[in-house]
Amino acid sequence: MSFEVEVEKRLGEAEIAANFTSGRGLTALFGPSGSGKTSILNMIAGLLTPDHGRIAVGGELLFGNGVDLPPEARHAGYVFQDARLFPHLRVRANLLYGARRGTSRIGLDEVVDLFGLERLLTRWPRTLSGGEAQRVAIGRALLSNPHFLLLDEPLASLDQARADEIMTMIERVRDELELPILYVSHNRAEVDRLASQVVPIRR
Amino acid sequence: MTLTPDDWEVIRLSLKVAIVGVAATLPIAFALAYALARGRFPGRILLDAIVHLPLVLPPVVTGWILLILFGRTGPIGAWLDHVFGVTLMFRWTGAALAAAVMALPLMVRAMRLSIEAVDRRLEGAARSLGAGRWRTFATITLPLSLPGILAGLVLGFARSIGEFGATISFVSNIPGQTRTLPIAIYTALQLPEGEGAVVRLACVSVALSLGALIASEWLVRRQGGRAHVL
Repeated sequence: MSFEVEVEKRLGEAEIAANFTSGRGLTALFGPSGSGKTSILNMIAGLLTPDHGRIAVGGELLFGNGVDLPPEARHAGYVFQDARLFPHLRVRANLLYGARRGTSRIGLDEVVDLFGLERLLTRWPRTLSGGEAQRVAIGRALLSNPHFLLLDEPLASLDQARADEIMTMIERVRDELELPILYVSHNRAEVDRLASQVVPIRR
Repeated sequence: MTLTPDDWEVIRLSLKVAIVGVAATLPIAFALAYALARGRFPGRILLDAIVHLPLVLPPVVTGWILLILFGRTGPIGAWLDHVFGVTLMFRWTGAALAAAVMALPLMVRAMRLSIEAVDRRLEGAARSLGAGRWRTFATITLPLSLPGILAGLVLGFARSIGEFGATISFVSNIPGQTRTLPIAIYTALQLPEGEGAVVRLACVSVALSLGALIASEWLVRRQGGRAHVL
């Protein structure tokens, strides 16, 4: 089992609930905007506390039965929809920010090669295009020694060519690193291409 | 226009009072700014109001309150005298305290705004990348709020250089101890032959204040980004 998630959370008027268990490979959370997909990722990453429930990934209990690991202890490789690079650090320092958390299965040189980041290393985040920023964000997550990846609509702000490029990279990460991946999307084509399992999220 | 030795003494004293006052206030101001920006605790509004009080009270009243609290027989003053053998009355340290109290609201305001402007989602990203609370604070929150901290320092410094009312009512007007720039200008204004000194010291005041503002702008721009103080 990769992801075992059973959570409920009331956020204002909205009731967010998810209950799924996923196998190996890439699992897609698929549903319309506003259905709470990002909140579910935040709960798995430890950035949002569920009202009740249980979260385990790869057999490790992250939340539930009195356990509530802080975000830094969950070993999530979280790629946010808006990349969320640190604006006061150059690309290289952004990539290496999480690299203290043990040794990743993939090193800086490999990430730079895989995502074509060589020319970007000394740039400031605000000078990057959307696709470049998203590649850096995925690289940064991979270098933080993650035990699993959370990808929140990483293609949402990209044109089709850039999106294809990133999808190819996600496929390589999925197949070569064998990390469990939870992928949030509202795009049927992306989900069909990448996911081995689809979890529908309803409003 | 040449500055006399007396002018230089006033300038040195003013700088010492302002720099010591602001430097000692910096950690307190930052802690208050952080608590007001992020904290959710009972009495937050009251604390906010107390911090802002010197901004709206007549400075003479602030000076009088300092006199009550820190005078030789005041609760804090007596304690300082008894435990450390320190008195603030009629000393330059008292002038620094008055400057610090008057500068505090401006410093807290500037710092608080910049802490509130830090995108908390970036802190979440740092946490998920393995940084604990302390490392997140030191590597994300603090550097991103640095422009506001510098702005607060400069505003506090400029305010301290100009401090008059609280200082003169708390520690009086003693040459070499508490006669800072504004008080020296005020004293010179009372003298028939004081006009020359007024002009010289007023020019110094303008130069110091302008220099402080430009220096802070330069510091903030140099660290990159689009942040600015002015």
